[in-house]
Formats: sequence, structure tokens, C-alpha cells
Amino acid sequence: MANFFSRLVQGLAKTRDNIVEGIDSIFNGYSEIDDDFYEDLEETLIMGDIGINTTSAIIEDLRKKVKEQHLKEPSKCKEFLIESMKEQMNAGDTAYEFEKRQSVVLVIGVNGVGKTTTVGKLAGKLKDDGRKVMLAAADTFRAAAGEQLTEWAHRAGVDIIGGAEGADPGAVIFDAVNAAKARNVDVLLCDTAGRLHNKKNLMEELRKINHIINREFPDAYRETLVVLDGATGQNALQQAREFSEVADVTGIVLTKLDGTAKGGIAVAIQSELKIPVKYIGVGESIDDLEKFDADEFIRALFDKGGAKPEEDAV
Amino acid sequence: MAFESLTDKLQKVFKNLRSKGKLTEDDVKTALKEVKLALLEADVNFKVVKRFIKSVQERAIGADVMNGLNPGQMVIKIVNEEMTALMGSETTELKMEPGKATTVIMMCGLNGAGKTTTTAKIAGKLKLKGKKCLLVACDVYRPAAIKQLQINGEKQGVDVFSMGENQRPLDIAKASLQHAQKNGHNVVIFDTAGRQQIDEELMAELAEIKENITVHQTLLVVDACTGQAAVDVAQGFHDKVGIDGVILSKMDGDTRGGAALSIKEVTGKPILFVGMGEKLSDLEQFYPDRMASRILGMGDVLTLIEKASANIDEEKEKKMGEKLKKGKFDFEDYLESMEQMRNMGGLSSILSMMPGLGGSKMGDIASMVDEKQIARTEAIVLSMTVQERRNPDLLNPSRKHRIARGAGVDIAEVNRLVKQFDQARKMMKQMPGMLGGKKGKFKLPF
Repeated sequence: MANFFSRLVQGLAKTRDNIVEGIDSIFNGYSEIDDDFYEDLEETLIMGDIGINTTSAIIEDLRKKVKEQHLKEPSKCKEFLIESMKEQMNAGDTAYEFEKRQSVVLVIGVNGVGKTTTVGKLAGKLKDDGRKVMLAAADTFRAAAGEQLTEWAHRAGVDIIGGAEGADPGAVIFDAVNAAKARNVDVLLCDTAGRLHNKKNLMEELRKINHIINREFPDAYRETLVVLDGATGQNALQQAREFSEVADVTGIVLTKLDGTAKGGIAVAIQSELKIPVKYIGVGESIDDLEKFDADEFIRALFDKGGAKPEEDAV
Repeated sequence: MAFESLTDKLQKVFKNLRSKGKLTEDDVKTALKEVKLALLEADVNFKVVKRFIKSVQERAIGADVMNGLNPGQMVIKIVNEEMTALMGSETTELKMEPGKATTVIMMCGLNGAGKTTTTAKIAGKLKLKGKKCLLVACDVYRPAAIKQLQINGEKQGVDVFSMGENQRPLDIAKASLQHAQKNGHNVVIFDTAGRQQIDEELMAELAEIKENITVHQTLLVVDACTGQAAVDVAQGFHDKVGIDGVILSKMDGDTRGGAALSIKEVTGKPILFVGMGEKLSDLEQFYPDRMASRILGMGDVLTLIEKASANIDEEKEKKMGEKLKKGKFDFEDYLESMEQMRNMGGLSSILSMMPGLGGSKMGDIASMVDEKQIARTEAIVLSMTVQERRNPDLLNPSRKHRIARGAGVDIAEVNRLVKQFDQARKMMKQMPGMLGGKKGKFKLPF
């Protein structure tokens, strides 16, 4: 856990600087809990890409708790805020069941969010856990997407089933599922082409792919992950919503959290759509994929690092 | 469509304003609070929103607004003006070196912003202008990035220069310039690897290229759905590398695209193009003033007018009108009108630019217009011989069977089309005078 924590802390250092410094200055800069305090807090959360709806919900929750418990000091508010945000972020107990079962994982998302990279990283991770992994390269649209995944398969040391550029992705999935069954693969990871969620035809293609997996491999444990760019603003909610329409989305992978990306959108997604974030991407190498831990995530967000002393938390 | 929801929101706010005779300070503040929320929800950077609201408020609560004849319109005008000022008031062209001098362009941006695709799109645009482009594969990190550029370059008919993954980007860039010199390329575009602006090492790599090579245009590619971070990203690249222009990618999504508003304000650099699709031709000029109008619910009428005038030949249009009146409209004419419509970006694209069709309404209309059905109809027409198209009376069952096979549809569909077409023709013949006013009366066969 320590390793995970420090990694997350590193990756989120910038996020924390943005959100937490703001929040800390609010908690410590006000002598009493008044409207200005709430307004300032609201602004800070919005700046973290948490979104207006979720921010309002969080603040309402906080107001209620402050009233119920007769809180007078802004600093006490912090603990309550952490608690309520953690509550919003809670993932289920069966979140990582697919890692242990014979499963088919469908990875979907808009263009350029890091689907192929995520599939590559996940393959490496599962392979290390001793699972027999196979990749399906169903992005037959983007130039060289197949080559990109093949390189990842090579790095992870796993098999890959692909199709030529322009081939029917449904056919690739069909082949891959049957190959996975024949070779008794534990986890089949399916990479798909990036598609904007408002393109009807492409979304229908995804529905078809999903259907093919269900039909060809009804016994497999199903996992469908939507990959979201951590830097995406409120549109990420819409993306998650639309992808849920064509496939039974079971989790979110939040990528590129090693930049200035604000983890805030994760809070919004979990509270508004009840889709748990399961992994986060914090870098470009094969082991830069971590399981999402709401508890640690929130702590890293608020505790100025945890691993570091809190001397700078003025 | 970008900004759609923002349009909806502002329209709602201004609807209330319109119904009042005079604006009080409270009215302005209430309205602007809504505008503020809408802008925030649209991912416009918070600080940008704050400044924006402040400047609008300062102007709106002024005496000239209060004494104006229509206060609601006045506020719309001010919001529009300020929005336009924020986004940059003029269209900016990509600046090229004069005469035969070589222009060097460097692309940069976060991972997955769309640099490689955009690189190929720009090359295609410049090629049309008679430039000879060389694309340079400087992304030595992402697996298969070089291959992707090579394939896209080939599709665009543009040369690609690469030295594999084991060279430094600076060395590749240097070598590419010599290659360009030798082979007569007058535009060189470096496609660089995606990087986070806080990655000092990788940022230094870009700075190093600029220190050693004269780069005329450094273009930052930003995903249109970027959230609050858009400002940090733009600022980071601008401070550490220096940018000359911005390209917003993936604008064909339904993001409200607030990033567009923020970036210009923070960097002072113009947005040159917007990426509007996955095809390598889907790169459009960015029009800040029209975008502002669209935000305010005025529709992108100007764009529509321009597209129409560029694509529709007036003479042909006149002839078509005559034919319609005489009921001599045949399948050849039908094909021609479909072609013109496609040149304008398809039916749904035209509809989306009409004022009053923004927001939720657009979804309804888009679902009514079945572009697939239109394509099928076209396939049927294309499967006819020229004689059959000019004289639909020739179509006997055997010919129809052949056409159905050729178009890959059921014969019933061919029958339906021919019948509808026939009815339309008859109707037009019967009502020669009605075309001017009541176009909606007859149903075109799609």
C-alpha cells in the first residue's frame, strides 16, 4: 500500500497543489463559517473540475452537518468534507472480480484518452499476477493502432489477435473471443477504436461488439471499462453516460493523472452516475496503472501528501 | 454541436430579460449569475469567467443600458461583444514564410490531443494551396506513432521523414531540414510526442529544438473537451516552449468547448483551426465572432451562407428551379442536388447551423434525417443507367430488378422510390405556381 500511496501522491502532487492549497486556505483563512466561506469553497471545488452539481451536493451536505453538529470552526469542516467526499467515491466490493475470473474486458472511450495504453498496462499487470492474458486489437480504424497494441503485447509478453486496417471490428472480436475460448485464456482484453459519444453509427458499432461478446462467450465474466482523460472537464460525465447506453459499463479508468489533471471529475462521475473509478493512469510506462482507492485518493487530495510532514499546510 | 447547451442556457436567461421593459441592477446581476454558471459548466476557466462577468456587468449596469429602448437586447449585445473580444475578434490564418522560403511548423500538446492526426490534416490543407509538405516523425516514444504518421502521410499524398525511434528528436528535426532542402519541400511539420507541460525533461526537449532550429510556427493542439486545466496546459507550453497558435481538436463532440474561450484569453494566441471529425479533411477555420453568435443562440448563419455560396452554382440553381416548375425534374437532377448538399457538409450539418435549431431541438431533427436512407436512395439512383435516369418511364420490372441488385436493396425499395418520384413530378406539374410559397407541400423522394 505504501508504494501505491507514494505513487499516487507523486502523480497527484499537482492536483493537490491546486485543490488542496485552495481548500486549506479556505479552511484556515476564515474565522467563521459564513456565506463567503461557502462561496469560496464552491469556487475552489469548481476549479478542480468537480462540476457544479456535485459541488452543490457536497456543500449542501456540509451545511447540513455543520448545522446538526453546531460546528463553528472552518478547520473542523475539513474532516466532514473528506468524509462526505469519500462516501460519494465508494466503489463496490466486487470491483476487481474480473481479475480472478475467466473474463472478457471491453475497453472503450473517446479518441485519445489512452485506451490502447491502458489495455497494454492492464495486460502487463494481469500477466504479472499469473493470469493468461490475450489482447484483441479491434481498433481497425485509426492508422497504426494495431501496431501500437502489438508493441504493448510484446512488452507485456501476451498473445494478440488483430485485423487489418479497415477490417470489421466485430469480426476481430468474434475471432478473438473464439481464440480465447480455444486457448483457455483467463482474461481477454479488447481494445476498441476511439469514438466520440455523439456519433450514432460508431456507438451502434460498439453495441454490436458488446452483443457479439455476450453471444459468443455467455459464460465469461464481463467487465466494460470506459477510459476517460483526467484532464477532461464536464464532458467526461456525458461521455460516461453515453457509453453506458450501448454497453453495461462497470468501471472507469481515469488516465493522465500525472499532469495537472484535476481528479475532480472522478468525484462527479461517481456521485452522478454511480460508476466507480477502478484504475488510474499516472504515467507512460507499463506499470503506471494503479487500482483506484477512494480512501487513499481523498486522503492524498486533502492531507498534503501524508508521506510528507504537514509543515506546509498553513 | 459545440456550445449547444450554453446556447440553451443563455437563451433561457435572456428570455426572462426580454419580457421586461427596463433592466435594473438586480436583473443584470441575476442574469449574469446564470451566465457565470453556464460558462463554468461549459468548462470555461474560472478566472476567465470571473473577469468576463465583471466586464459585462460594468458595462451592463451603465446608464446607456438602463435608458436603452430594449434592455434585453442591449445585454445580449454586450455579452456578445465581450465574448467575441475574449475569443479574439478576427480569423487568423496560419502564417507562412514569404515566397519560396521554407516554413517550419512544430506541433505540440498533451498526450492524445490529436497531434498526429492534425499534422496530416494541416498538410492536406497546405497541399491544396500548392505547398510541398514534409511531415517529420519526432515522436520517438509512443509505440507505432511513426507508423501512424507514415500511413496518414500516404493517405494525404504527402512525404514523411523518419529516422526510427532511436534518434533524438532534435537530430531528426535537423536531418529533416536537409532532406527538405534537397527534395524541394517548402513546408516542414514536426510531429512531436505528447507530453505533460509539467514534465520538465520533455518540455526541455521541445525548447531545445526551438533553440537550434528556426521554427516559424509552434502550434499547440488542445482537446476541445479539456476542463479547467486547459489554461494550465496552454500557459505551460507557452511559457516553456512558446506557441504561436492553437488548434482545438475533437470539436465535433458535444463538449461545450469552454476551453476555446479560456486559451485565447490566457495566452493571447489565436485559435487557427478546429478539428471537426476523423476524416483527414475535417479541419476547419476557426471563426471567433461566429462562435460567439452561436453561443448566444443566433445560429451560425454566416457559416451557412458562406458554405452555400462557395458550393452552389447559381446558374445550375436557376436551371433546377425551372425544371422543377415544369415538372421535368429527373433522376440526374436529383443526383446533382444531393451532390450539392453533400458539398455543404450534409443535411444535418446544414440544419445545425440554422438559428433556433440549437440545443435539444437539434437532436430531434438529426434523428429524423436519416443520412443512411439518403445514401441508400442515392445508391439506387446510381445503379440506373443514364438513360433510365433521364427517362424514368423506361423502368420496367426487369430493369428494376437489375437496379435493386446493383444497389444492394430490396426491389420494393426501388419501386417505392420510383413511385414517390413519379408522384412528386406529377404534383409539381399540376401546381406550377405553388413552388414559390408552399415548398413544404410536396415530398421529395427521401
